[in-house]
Amino acid sequence: MVLTGAEIVIRCLQEEKVEYVFGYPGGAVLYIYDALFQQEQVRHILVRHEQAAVHAADGFARSTQNVGVALVTSGPGATNAVTGIATAFCDSIPMVIISGQVPTAAIGQDAFQEVDTVGITRPCVKHNFLVRDVKDIATTIKKAFYLAKSGRPGPVLVDIPKDITNAKCEFEYPKEISMRSYNPVVKGHQGQIKKAVQLLLEAKRPMIYAGGGVVLSDAAEQLTKLTRLLGYPITTTLMGLGGYPASDRQYLGMPGMHGTYEANMSMHYSDVLLAVGSRFDDRVIGDPANFAEEPRKIIHIDIDPSSISKRVRVDVPIVGDVREVLDEMIRQLEAGPARPDISAWWKQVEEWRSRNCMVYKNSDTIIKPQFVVQKLWEVTGGDAFVSSDVGQHQMWAAQYYRFDKPRRWLNSGGLGTMGVGMPYAMGAQLAHPDAQVACVTGEASIQMNIQELSTCKQFRLPIKICNLNNRYLGMVRQWQQLFHGQRYSESYMDSLPDFAKLAESYGHVGFRIDKPSDVEGALREAFTTHKKDLVFLDFQVDQTENVYPMVQGGKGLTEMILSAEDL
Amino acid sequence: MRHVISLLIENESGALSRVSGLFSARGYNIESLTVAPTEDASMSRMTIVTIGSEEIIEQITKQLNKLIEVVKVVDISEAAHIERELMLIKVRATGKDREEIKRTADIFRARIIDVTDASYVIELTGNQSKLDAFTKAIDPALILETVRSGVCGIGRGDRVLKL
Repeated sequence: MVLTGAEIVIRCLQEEKVEYVFGYPGGAVLYIYDALFQQEQVRHILVRHEQAAVHAADGFARSTQNVGVALVTSGPGATNAVTGIATAFCDSIPMVIISGQVPTAAIGQDAFQEVDTVGITRPCVKHNFLVRDVKDIATTIKKAFYLAKSGRPGPVLVDIPKDITNAKCEFEYPKEISMRSYNPVVKGHQGQIKKAVQLLLEAKRPMIYAGGGVVLSDAAEQLTKLTRLLGYPITTTLMGLGGYPASDRQYLGMPGMHGTYEANMSMHYSDVLLAVGSRFDDRVIGDPANFAEEPRKIIHIDIDPSSISKRVRVDVPIVGDVREVLDEMIRQLEAGPARPDISAWWKQVEEWRSRNCMVYKNSDTIIKPQFVVQKLWEVTGGDAFVSSDVGQHQMWAAQYYRFDKPRRWLNSGGLGTMGVGMPYAMGAQLAHPDAQVACVTGEASIQMNIQELSTCKQFRLPIKICNLNNRYLGMVRQWQQLFHGQRYSESYMDSLPDFAKLAESYGHVGFRIDKPSDVEGALREAFTTHKKDLVFLDFQVDQTENVYPMVQGGKGLTEMILSAEDL
Repeated sequence: MRHVISLLIENESGALSRVSGLFSARGYNIESLTVAPTEDASMSRMTIVTIGSEEIIEQITKQLNKLIEVVKVVDISEAAHIERELMLIKVRATGKDREEIKRTADIFRARIIDVTDASYVIELTGNQSKLDAFTKAIDPALILETVRSGVCGIGRGDRVLKL
């Protein structure tokens, strides 16, 4: 069948079973939008800013296991998308971004709305393509989807000049794709896995440290099984939350800069550390030299060989898909000898846990942000999709919403992008129309993509925005208080809108909550009476609350500030 | 430590900038980089000379392997290998210098490939130190310009970098 390039693009998306495309039209993508208009299978979500299109597609991908798809025009459309692309790249989220480009003949002529999109995005994509011939569109899009979801996932951008979308050729979607230069390893090395299992069984102070790779490879079930089989303590990183049930006794909470005392101490003083789909990030282990001081054997499972021995020397590297490797480890463990007795280690771990580092001083008069998150967890039965932006509220959400399931926690861990919260919630709500979706945010972050309240109205997305409003860039203020002599340079938020009224002006429901005693009621009303509405809950919280525990940047995991009393 | 990394990469536009961009983005050194298509025109071969600790070199090879268009990466300096570089050097050649330069070129087994009444262009192939030595052997005042290709490398004997 002879089709135009634009029709081919849409047909490819249909072949890939894409439900939603998040995008914004413009000159260079007019033919594609025309083809989109003339079919019903692929639905388009019109955002109000291209950054939000990419974030929403990203949120969709995080909350499902599908590839998120965004469509933007050339020039500013593409540059606006860059933050979204980089955000997805840093967290290895599978995405395909289609961008329009000026006509082939105009490339390099400084044409209207021309930028070198492939050049600009090159460092923040898994791969990108500029399509130069209509005959290449189908293969390129097939490759893009294959690259995005295989191996270590990531965003792939396909840049298509306008004339190519109007040229015609015979359409056939390739059934399979193979690339001689790209063959990601799936199964782990048998010998290495055997070595790892042996090491785990000889451990006296074992610890499991799981990251986002567990969620990305849908290996939560395997991780849980392995951990229970071993009976060892486990911590999951910010990106790995939900990869192991937080309500389980073996779970020690999150490690790192704002991790729990017990998780950090157990990581540090373990003699065998099993790292699963995690990457010893600076926010997790702090100073690598300090971390390396304590002798321990490290087993590291990762799909990306370059993640192994990057920041920390690894003793038993296992390159492969986390799920496949864990399956094999479970198989060997079930066939192997009994687990060692590590009761002395557990005693030590429990002693650390008894420090009760997550306790905070609640108040009857002023709303504590942690309290809001705890109530959110209660009201939603711990079963909501929770997105967050970036800052203090992100840490409180991560610490106090106890995730028992994977893909429920959506946040920008690697790049730390403010403004992702609402678009992530939009993507999750579209993917799970009947689920409870909450966006925990702050008055600063939410304003970075506040225009999406309009999109939410148009597409009837009943997300619940929990704004922990402290009238400060809270995390910046916290660092200024602790490390910059309390000089609060530009960290206050002045001239704030009345968020409740703002939400109402978009046709949503808005609440302002000032008293601790009103928190639960407001949340219940939002999730029951206003189940079908977007509710903006503007919580006026304690302005000076800090996130604890804390490991100062560049310090070791054991050098923790547990509360304000430690200052 | 100095390392010579050879790689095969799909001969596509932008492939070179993916490699050079990787080095600049991650702060790795490039001493020289050469690239040209192989006997199979769909693939190019690159030789990169870089300096770094063992950890850095390990990361460099891993990161290069991660680039989608890179087909194969080998650190050829890990074992016996041969390096060659080509230099073209234009020198002022008048009066008694003409004979002197000719003699020096002969000693280095260089070839004079262009002659005017006032200048020579000399072609010299060898490893980096030979080229350096030749440059030093010529009176700097006589050197008009030099151009060097950067290092090309290949493993000795059975070591073959091929698809």
